[in-house]
Amino acid sequence: MRSGPIAAVTLWWGGRSALQATILALVLFGGFLLVSNTLANMERFGITPGFAFLEHPAGFEIGEAPIDYRPQDSYALALLAGLLNTVKVAAVGCLAATVLGVLLGVARLSGNALLSGLVQGYVELIRSTPLLLQLFFWSATFQALPAPRQALNPLPGVFLCNRGIQLPAFADGRAAGWVLAAAVLGTVLALAGTALHRRAGRRGGLPGMTVAAVACGLPVSLLLASGVPLRIEVPELSGFNFSGGTTVSPEFSALLVGLVVNAAAMIAEIVRSGLQAVPAGQWEAARALGLTRGRTMRLVVLPQAMRVIVPLLTSSYLNLTKNSSLAVAIGFPDLVSVINTSANQTGQVLETMAIMMGAYLTVNLAVSAAMNLYNHRLAIRGWR
Amino acid sequence: MTGAAAAGPTLDAIKARGSIKVGVGTQPGFFAPDSNGRWQGFFVDFGRALSIAVFNDPDKVQFVSSSPQQRLPALQSGEFDILLSGVTQTFTRATKLGFHFGPVVFYDGQGLLVPKKLGVSKGKDLNGATVCVQTGTTGELNITDFFRQNGIAFKPVVIEETAENQKAFASGRCDVLTQDASDLAITRTQLPKPDDYVLLPERISKEPLAPAIRYGDDQWLEIVNWAVYATIQAEELGITQANVDSFLTSGDPAIRRFLGVDPSLGEAARLDPKFAYTIIKTLGNYGEIFERNVGPATKVGLDRGHNTLWTRGGLLYAPPFR
Repeated sequence: MRSGPIAAVTLWWGGRSALQATILALVLFGGFLLVSNTLANMERFGITPGFAFLEHPAGFEIGEAPIDYRPQDSYALALLAGLLNTVKVAAVGCLAATVLGVLLGVARLSGNALLSGLVQGYVELIRSTPLLLQLFFWSATFQALPAPRQALNPLPGVFLCNRGIQLPAFADGRAAGWVLAAAVLGTVLALAGTALHRRAGRRGGLPGMTVAAVACGLPVSLLLASGVPLRIEVPELSGFNFSGGTTVSPEFSALLVGLVVNAAAMIAEIVRSGLQAVPAGQWEAARALGLTRGRTMRLVVLPQAMRVIVPLLTSSYLNLTKNSSLAVAIGFPDLVSVINTSANQTGQVLETMAIMMGAYLTVNLAVSAAMNLYNHRLAIRGWR
Repeated sequence: MTGAAAAGPTLDAIKARGSIKVGVGTQPGFFAPDSNGRWQGFFVDFGRALSIAVFNDPDKVQFVSSSPQQRLPALQSGEFDILLSGVTQTFTRATKLGFHFGPVVFYDGQGLLVPKKLGVSKGKDLNGATVCVQTGTTGELNITDFFRQNGIAFKPVVIEETAENQKAFASGRCDVLTQDASDLAITRTQLPKPDDYVLLPERISKEPLAPAIRYGDDQWLEIVNWAVYATIQAEELGITQANVDSFLTSGDPAIRRFLGVDPSLGEAARLDPKFAYTIIKTLGNYGEIFERNVGPATKVGLDRGHNTLWTRGGLLYAPPFR
């Protein structure tokens, strides 16, 4: 076959060029009708299309925003807060669902009939009921916790009530950021130090103590130099609610638990099928080498099963991300919730829908790309 | 008449379909199907009045309930011919969103429902409170404005589902439930222990609830206007469902015009000349519709308040039928 741009176009165009051209023309015509009809209708109703509203003050409050948002801020900032809430619940959810799902998937294959049966029951129950129903269940469960004045106090400084989980936190809001930055810097230094140490080891070595001292000392001194007070505040009951510390809202908790429990059931099945795809001979070979069951799983079977698991895992992650939009039903201010309110107050329904589609598409394509990259690496490793 | 002016796409569609599609909400007293599946309620009766005005039959109307979040886009996209779901008439909705409003059929205001045990007597005491509010209502902005004006803070919990919203409040997830006061009065009766809750006396906004239709249907708008005005005018004239027939022989030209005994009015509007008569005969006047569905004798138990005739110090006023 010839190569070059013309050949590429011919290949893309396919064999039946007349049919292809007709279909393309029809699709374009349909699109044109749709757009012109929409614009004509908007004109008739006196709606001005456009994204100018994004700069206008939003005027509504958002219950929990990961960024500093106030009602007088713009719609753009409100949408960003909603998007970050979606990303937050999706990221934490994917991570937790993976851990729980892998554990359940492994337990499902356990020789213990009780354990395996329990997991099977769980998987069947979750997969056979609608997610929305499960979310209502979790929402009702978290709302059934006692009122703030009768809050449960399972650990010192930790309170459970129908206003959420109250946890101790730094008194100064900026402190958490500095501590996180210091921890990241310390980890990077430690990893870099270890790598250097290994490489240098052949030529005599870098003292381990030096590495450790730099990896801990630098971040700590940076933290101290920032001058942020590191006082920890314990939540206290005052007025209608707790003050001080930090709160994980019941809506976030219910949504997170609901999504994780739901996705973990799917992931458990994916892990099970992945493990079963590894030939039994691998187990036998590992046993012949004297590996324990646990080490066989970790070192021999799981790495091979991952090649089956990862592509399916990707769609589980995408599902979880999209399912987080059900948050609107239980009151967590995710992207959809903020979009709904914005659309309602501005009337720019099409524009806000376009923003929502763009946002979900971006997030999901990013997840997909990252997972594909990981899958690619696994596949290459398998080739060698 | 010089040729038939275009009736507008909505009225044409209604006539072609043979029924009116009305978007309503879910709140017994205002709109709810009864045990036979027949829709009943204050707003529902105005839907039937329209059906009488267009078809001379109270039942050529389909009621579809829609959440506050969905109803306006649904009306815009043509799913309904009219919204009778307690929509607040606002500047933005009228000028930017492409909606025309009929006469206000219910004058409401946003209220605050709180548990008695909070010991709160006015909205200003609510600093730091958590407030449950429903998506898609003017309430979301009003409550933000209210707390900002008073320089106090609050935390909203915004839920789309009416039932979930009430459940969150009943379980104590929030300190305050905010909605139109009439809604709250009904919600209070639906809570497990109504006496444990109190509706604070202040109204933090004006909520004139009016029928909403799309732009571009002038004639349909006039039918909506005058069907509602007919119920108000009847009350003003002292005409009720029970005594309307006795007025047919009245010598008062205003009454004769209104009831279509002298047929000039209805003809001009291309309506049945007796549309007002049929509405009153079938549904009663405004006061009767109010008392039957939400008045003090009903479970809902609302006072007429502002929703009484201008002649008795209220806000209800029908332009002259002439």
